[in-house]
Amino acid sequence: MCGIAGLFIKDRSLEPKLGELLTKMTATLCSRGPDSAGFAIYGSGKAAGKTKLVLAGPSKAYSLEPVMRELGLHLGPGADIHLLHTHAIVSLKAEDAGRVRSWVEAHAPEITIVSEGERLEIFKEVGYPTDVARDFGISGMSGTHGISHTRMATESAVTTNGSHPFSTGTDQCLVHNGSLSNHASLRRELRREGIPIRTENDTEVAAAYLTKQMRDGQSLGEALQSSLADLDGFFTFVVGTENGFGVLRDPIACKPAVMAETDQFVAFASEFKSLMCLPGIKNAKVWEPKPATVYFWEHQ
Amino acid sequence: MPLIDLSKTSLRDLNASLHKLTADTNETLWTIVNPAGEHSIAAGVDAPITINIDGPVGYYCGGMNKHATIVVEGSAGQGVGENMMSGLIRVRGDASQSAGATGRGGLLIVEGNASARCGISMKGIDIVVKGSIGHLSAFMGQSGRLVVFGEAGEALGDSIYEAHLYVRGAVAGLGADCVEKEMRDEHRAELAELLKAAGEEHKIDVSEFRRYGSARQLYNFNIDNVDAY
Repeated sequence: MCGIAGLFIKDRSLEPKLGELLTKMTATLCSRGPDSAGFAIYGSGKAAGKTKLVLAGPSKAYSLEPVMRELGLHLGPGADIHLLHTHAIVSLKAEDAGRVRSWVEAHAPEITIVSEGERLEIFKEVGYPTDVARDFGISGMSGTHGISHTRMATESAVTTNGSHPFSTGTDQCLVHNGSLSNHASLRRELRREGIPIRTENDTEVAAAYLTKQMRDGQSLGEALQSSLADLDGFFTFVVGTENGFGVLRDPIACKPAVMAETDQFVAFASEFKSLMCLPGIKNAKVWEPKPATVYFWEHQ
Repeated sequence: MPLIDLSKTSLRDLNASLHKLTADTNETLWTIVNPAGEHSIAAGVDAPITINIDGPVGYYCGGMNKHATIVVEGSAGQGVGENMMSGLIRVRGDASQSAGATGRGGLLIVEGNASARCGISMKGIDIVVKGSIGHLSAFMGQSGRLVVFGEAGEALGDSIYEAHLYVRGAVAGLGADCVEKEMRDEHRAELAELLKAAGEEHKIDVSEFRRYGSARQLYNFNIDNVDAY
């Protein structure tokens, strides 16, 4: 099981409604993944030279506030820390991002940096998907594209860190429906190559694999193409980058996927009913992505 | 003429009402509105009634259908008409994966496209798809007929037994033990009969179709293939 929804906006007038539409799409996928949910939002616009890190504690019970107060003192007045439900968004100069990482590692290793980038913010938590969306206020968020996931755990524990989306590179994220069989050996290889992998989750390995391929010079499209040869198992992936949105299904296309496109948007969902809330869906081009075929859309 | 609004009536109540119907029921025309892509709508019906569904449906719509005529005014999710025994299911839009899977009888008509694994393990059902079908369709098809006006994806008829496949457009690839076969008069007559049942009589020329079926090389264990196991 597991459910995925993704929305890539082409008509900028729809950007303020990204969060609202993604929340509605996700709400129809609760039965596919009732144990946790996550949202990756690529916000509209960006501040030059600034970066955002989203931090999460190890569980819902963890109190992030006192730790963030200490981090704020360490970073000084140039950094802005905003608490949102169980997460904190740290905005600061791009060159200072390393200071956050090293401070967290030294003083609060239980905290995970769930995303880092100029535009990407990830919010994910254990709980029923509509509750998770409400607690983070996803429906009020605007942006150019976003991906969500409802999880029915198979390969690792039901924890905040085990929830999707996974991000292993700046402004990159991935969600997954399926399960990978060779994630243990691939994890060891990728760690040797210096790609950080935090969990025992199979999906994080897929995200890390793409990050490594792109680090070595491949485009996202090429990285997805090579994953067909290197990942063993079944998968439907939806990936996000700063400007783009991609889809890939394994060669058997085990897991469901349906897409819709109009002049205003490109949308992905595990089931057609998630797309029904989108404006103009009745006249949209609707199709199921072919197996082992990379689909990719990018903003100019 | 019951009209059921699925935004007000639960799916369980709807299906329970349909399951209570007997062969001599007077409630022979049902309309279902606001289906909203729900799963298992009108699954397990066993009565000679007509059910019109006004919108898209989710998984397994009309599954195990016996005697009923079901019309979906929209697209259908995975497994529409799976294991149907008899009756007619017509999907006005597209059908997702595994349409008509394991069907034993009756006729499934898809006005749009059907995706992967259409007619997988079909066991007597007739399926007419007016658009194209996806990969691995009619996998291990045992009997029944599959007619496709458009194209077929990779591995058509993989490990097929005795299902008859008629495809008008290009076939991306044939699966193991599936071969193209000669179209003889009896096959043209069979195809014409299926086109008539689908309301396409005289609109489409049967000579435009090609026939595919089993080469019958995988039926029994062959010692020469032992290395493949």
